[in-house]
Amino acid sequence: MSVLSVRDLRVTYRAKGGDVPAVRGVDLEIDRGEVLGLAGESGCGKSTIGSALLRLHPAKTKIEGGIILDGNDVLSLRPGRLRAVRWTGASIIFQGALHAMNPVRGIGDQVAEAITVHKLAGEREARVRAAELLEQVGLPARRIDDYPHELSGGQKQRVMIAMALACNPSLVIADEPTTALDVMVQAQVLKLLKTLQRELGLAMLFITHDLSVLVEVADRIAIMYAGLIVEEGPAERVFHFPDHPYTKALAGAFPEIGDSQFRRRPSGLGGDPPDPQQIPSGCPFHPRCPVAIDVCPSLEVELWAAGEGRRAACVHVSGAPALSETRP
Amino acid sequence: MIETPHQPPEAVVGTEVAPPSPPRDPRKIRWIRRRRALTGFWRVYRRNRMGMVGLVLLAGFVIMALAAPLIVSDEALKPATAPGVAFEPPTADFPLGTDDFGRSVLDLVIFGSRISLLVGFAATLMTMTVGAGVGIAGGYYGGRTDTALNALTNWFLVIPWIPLAIVLASILGRSLFNTILVIGVTSWAGTARLVRADTLSVKERPYVERARALGASNWHLVTRHVLPNVMPVIFANTVLTVALSILAETTLALLGLGDPLSVSWGILIFDAFDAGALSAGLWWWLIPPGVCICLVTLAFTMCGYALDEVLNPRIRER
Repeated sequence: MSVLSVRDLRVTYRAKGGDVPAVRGVDLEIDRGEVLGLAGESGCGKSTIGSALLRLHPAKTKIEGGIILDGNDVLSLRPGRLRAVRWTGASIIFQGALHAMNPVRGIGDQVAEAITVHKLAGEREARVRAAELLEQVGLPARRIDDYPHELSGGQKQRVMIAMALACNPSLVIADEPTTALDVMVQAQVLKLLKTLQRELGLAMLFITHDLSVLVEVADRIAIMYAGLIVEEGPAERVFHFPDHPYTKALAGAFPEIGDSQFRRRPSGLGGDPPDPQQIPSGCPFHPRCPVAIDVCPSLEVELWAAGEGRRAACVHVSGAPALSETRP
Repeated sequence: MIETPHQPPEAVVGTEVAPPSPPRDPRKIRWIRRRRALTGFWRVYRRNRMGMVGLVLLAGFVIMALAAPLIVSDEALKPATAPGVAFEPPTADFPLGTDDFGRSVLDLVIFGSRISLLVGFAATLMTMTVGAGVGIAGGYYGGRTDTALNALTNWFLVIPWIPLAIVLASILGRSLFNTILVIGVTSWAGTARLVRADTLSVKERPYVERARALGASNWHLVTRHVLPNVMPVIFANTVLTVALSILAETTLALLGLGDPLSVSWGILIFDAFDAGALSAGLWWWLIPPGVCICLVTLAFTMCGYALDEVLNPRIRER
């Protein structure tokens, strides 16, 4: 049974210089106990999807499509009902743990806040629960009255995780949870997340720009480019045998330790991500694509089958419609 | 700089005892923490000479105001039962002479501290409540609410306060409560503007967004997240506003808009002025209340600056 089902999601920000389409038609499906990784460059719309799931956008933002979270049609909920769904339906582990906590209130207080806001328990009970949650994420319960500035970056991120689990949500949205941490702490936090996810059978949407992180955590990966999903499939296979040239570039940017060949072919991707207000025609990736052909600028790409549960939006995949006359 | 003293030992112990549920009472721990923070604050404040002078002065006036009914009898303040002769210069019986009814000026000055301080604190409370309310509402909700409240704030900021106060005081009548009301109404705008600016920055912080994602209502966000973070701005303003409110009370009284039945320093000067103390050379009637107003205002200002220095680490370093 799917916890989250997103259909043709379009998010358009209203800016002074005109509308900015940040997400341009995305379908997502997350089953119970499944981790979906969402990766892409800065500005590709991955975090926008994360906050769209709880409708956390500025008032004027246009959100179209369908979001069914835990049986609730999020986009048509009335404000009161929406507040009730927030954090109980899906919670968010924010990217800047350092700033996502109120500096003038204790951490236990802030973990318990989620519980008391939803009136799931009284103040005393919520505090006991907060202490349990802190223990669960590997912080001693006696630190419950510490203030955020008394914790290290990794500890703060643990508190954020405890917060996200406070209301037993159906889905946890992890929005770059390890970005600001050093590699050692990052590994610890990832391990903790993975353990908790397995133990509690959580469904999770893991947003990051770091593909190597996703391989460890996610069951499936979706790669985003310019507000669209360009490739989707099982994590290991997408990372090691990418179909879409963009995914190839992303995966190629990670050195394989012990792979002597890699030293001879350091790879990256030239150019900049497109301006969301001036997205290239056809396949949005064609100006940066190393294997682009003449149809690319005019071809409306969509996710075509690319073998064993995989899909990619590229003319070169097997499921793409035949283009006999243009294929080189 | 201040060398950091040894941290007081953890009031709550138990490294080895870390049960999943801490049975300790949250209120008690909060209280311990507050007390510890206060001791630390006091340690720094004590080193500030200006602040200490201001504080001692202030304490003197507050004690005087509280003890006034014990020192001065009611009869001594009533014109009918005044103990002395009118316009008597300072003597052993009346160290600061007497006024036109034969009341001791010293008694009047002592008793006057009550009204002056009361007006100062009450008007400040009002200024802060209205200012913080309008500032937070405008800054937090934005849009049309903000435009309207901002226009109102600007209107109160640019209008010269004395004419407005005169009009208000003459419409509402001369009473102690009206004096407080008039001062409050004419002085909240500055606070509102500062609080609004701070609210604008606080509401964009990620923890406010986190709390919104948590499912918190606007009321919860404002009272639990915005207000505690704007509090320093409100506090920094408070102490100086008290001094300004006392001055404002004096001004109103001097213009003949104070409550004639109550005894405040401003009223004292007004009465002396009215009775021609200036031309008659009755200096003992005019100078003492004036000096008191100066000293109280000075004391509040000194405390205010000292607080600012202690609470703002950037200034403290210098």
